[in-house]
Amino acid sequence: MKTIVTLFALSLLAGRATAQLFTAQTTETSFFSKAPLEDISAINRKIGVVMNTSTGDIAVKMQMTDFSFPNKLMQEHFNENYLESDKYPTATFRGKIQELIDFTKPGSYPVTVKGTFDLHGVKKERTLPGTVTVQAGKIALTSEFTVALADHRIEIPKLVFQKIAEVISVKNTWALVPYQRQ
Amino acid sequence: MKLLVSLLVVGLLIPAVSTQALAQDDLMDLLNIDSSQVTRYTAATFKAIRIINGHSVETTKAKHLDFVISHRFDRLNKGPSEFFGLDYATLRLGFEYGLNDRLMIGVGRSSIEKTYDFFGKARLLRQSSGARRTPLSVTAFGSLAIDSRTPTQGGEFRQTTDRYVYCGQLLIARKFSDRLSLQISPTVLHRNRIKESFEQNTLVAVGVGGRFKLSKRISLNAEYYFVPGEQLGTKNQRIHHDALAVGFDIETGGHVFQLHFTNSFGMIEKQFIGQTGDAYGGRWQNGDIHWGFNLARTFNLGPRLGNAIR
Repeated sequence: MKTIVTLFALSLLAGRATAQLFTAQTTETSFFSKAPLEDISAINRKIGVVMNTSTGDIAVKMQMTDFSFPNKLMQEHFNENYLESDKYPTATFRGKIQELIDFTKPGSYPVTVKGTFDLHGVKKERTLPGTVTVQAGKIALTSEFTVALADHRIEIPKLVFQKIAEVISVKNTWALVPYQRQ
Repeated sequence: MKLLVSLLVVGLLIPAVSTQALAQDDLMDLLNIDSSQVTRYTAATFKAIRIINGHSVETTKAKHLDFVISHRFDRLNKGPSEFFGLDYATLRLGFEYGLNDRLMIGVGRSSIEKTYDFFGKARLLRQSSGARRTPLSVTAFGSLAIDSRTPTQGGEFRQTTDRYVYCGQLLIARKFSDRLSLQISPTVLHRNRIKESFEQNTLVAVGVGGRFKLSKRISLNAEYYFVPGEQLGTKNQRIHHDALAVGFDIETGGHVFQLHFTNSFGMIEKQFIGQTGDAYGGRWQNGDIHWGFNLARTFNLGPRLGNAIR
């Protein structure tokens, strides 16, 4: 009888231990480009992230219209002409962490993530650097990389008074918590 | 005992089943949002808050200030001695501010009749798709124009209110596609004092306008304001005519240039609806065509971004 109760309790615990999915709690993805007249920068705090800690698989999805610019006219042009958000509403990344990380041990681990980056309807294989920081019940993911606009067929108009850089830098800071199924 | 065994079985099964289900699910599926649950408002029906002379359904964005400089050069048919009108121009300077994303105010000064204008614009309805569908955008517009000339400058008025002209408009537009947007603008214009006795003080006019994008960053715009009937006098009496304008919007990365040709010399409702002709404009068929432009510099007076990378 006692054994059964213990087994039952253990089975419940085992169930908990198998919750290997982590999902976004707070996120921040921003990009920046130096420009002579007015720097171009935008920030998106509504990034969807899911990570499977047992396999290292990671999926990221964001709505382009959630990027907020200090200059709203620029934001409108970003969506209307550069990213064509009506046609290509989201950007996604589907990849795998290459290193084996013990997600039960707190600490900071440099990682590389290999996968497919889909932006403006153009898919590109990328290997991106990042850092995984494991804390009690939380995982922090940070990553900085650059995106060449030409790689994703994002046109820079010839007729602009404001010269736009061909490569922009992107920065991600995401906090993940165990996934709760609704 | 039996209960406990079944509990145990269930207890073992639940996590096993759910873990398996999660493993099989594509991670990306967990991030899908049902887009029919979200209302998407149509952005950029027009590139600017004016189609050409008249206002569009667009308003200046929240906490953004536009400094607007507009010019209309003299008539092309003035010929080479006047450098085809470029030797002389009328001007309007304006400050236009978005109180929020649906409400804006503006103030301007036109060189014609030294006129100050004050206006407000409110978005009543925004075209949208998704959870809430709205086929049209509707914006209300109201303005007051004040002739500030002194008697020596030609401004002789019996009373101050004679200097005032009021305008009310309902701007109704639809973005049919990425490229095509059309607008109809029923208008009432009231002049407290008029020079010509055969004209009505209150004019009921209709504006129609639209844009067609030639490329991602250049659109062709056209706008026609007509005053039906004999409100401006009979065919033989008329000295003021309907206003027709054709031009281009050129987007230059954060700014929009509007270059156009029009038969009206003035740039506010009072002038292009009621005063196109005589001293302030003419007729297209006579070559009374004014080249002009609107250009705006936008300043964000609201909060800047917090943690964006530098």
